[in-house]
Amino acid sequence: MRCQRCKGDATVEVRRHHTAFCNEHFIEFFDRQVERAIDGEHMFTRGDRVLVAVSGGKDSLALWDVLRRLGYDATGLYINLGIGEYSEESHRKSVAFAEGQGLELLVADIPHEYGMNVEEFARATRRVSCSACGLSKRYLFNRVAVDHGFQVVATGHNLDDEAAVLFGNLLHWQIEYLARQAPVLPSTHPRLARKVKPLYRIAEREAAAYAIVRGIDYIVDECPNSVGAKSLLYKDALNLLEQAAPGTKQSLYWGFLERGRPLVAAQDNATLRDCVHCGQPTTAEVCAFCRMTERAAERMRVRQAGAAPRAAGAPETTPAAAPTAGG
Amino acid sequence: MKVLIRHQKREVEVQGRRRVRELLVELGVNPESVLVIRGAQLLTHDAQVADEDTVELRPVVSGGAA
Repeated sequence: MRCQRCKGDATVEVRRHHTAFCNEHFIEFFDRQVERAIDGEHMFTRGDRVLVAVSGGKDSLALWDVLRRLGYDATGLYINLGIGEYSEESHRKSVAFAEGQGLELLVADIPHEYGMNVEEFARATRRVSCSACGLSKRYLFNRVAVDHGFQVVATGHNLDDEAAVLFGNLLHWQIEYLARQAPVLPSTHPRLARKVKPLYRIAEREAAAYAIVRGIDYIVDECPNSVGAKSLLYKDALNLLEQAAPGTKQSLYWGFLERGRPLVAAQDNATLRDCVHCGQPTTAEVCAFCRMTERAAERMRVRQAGAAPRAAGAPETTPAAAPTAGG
Repeated sequence: MKVLIRHQKREVEVQGRRRVRELLVELGVNPESVLVIRGAQLLTHDAQVADEDTVELRPVVSGGAA
């Protein structure tokens, strides 16, 4: 297979565009797709301070790398979710990348700040882990962005991520979620940063290829809590379709943005106000994150009170040592 | 050749020269879900791999919280 541009040996095939590239011209292709996303959707300019949500994975580090190379003012934010060795390794990868590139990395630490990790948040509220994790990340991305004066939060969501979310929302006809799915979510509240997804034109396979071609050392292993996640099932289903009919994921998501979203956008009419506890924007009196952390803290107090008589004289129970079964 | 299948945490031996796409079909791996790496080099699906090669199938699908 030959590179479409230079006719040298190709290394990356882009079947949805019926083409292939060598390393050098693949990076050019990647850059062009990201620039088209940023400019075409008016995500941000080189005068904006952008906070990049960094997990140590291929997508977020590829995003941070390409933004830096293209001359944008991008600072990283790593959130420690407290998921054992996985979190430690993802933190190491994020720090190593930042140090190697001379970039600033902010860190928000959930176990340090709340005394427990996202798995305990999930158990306390009977959410699946990914739901508690997603809620925590969205909350902290926004809070840190606003507190540090960033206009924009950029996440590494790629075309496959967006197509899988869309697929799931269509399967269950989640009209309100459909109305809110877009590459740019504008700021509709003084304490709400704009959310953007500059990789929405990049397939997941291309994001991984970019990371490898650029020599980025990212965490390959998946989060242990994502085993069995619906999003992975939807991605597998879409990849079966993509294999038989290249361009399916692009057609699904870009087609939705062009022709589907205008039909449902009016359903996104939520009015935001300040959470009475933390001041962050919310549609309810108390935001979902505060409700979750308060329930988790209450659950821990009850457990510690119940354990106290048996543990008289023993060292105080730490959050990490609390019972973990779902009872 | 030695094939490291990262997402299945296993390594298999495959005999005989063939194209990457044939290798993936034999191993039951969807080409959309992996990148194929020899040394530090990415391979397209029509590339030939041979007995002396060590090849990594690197998963590209990640998921969980949005």
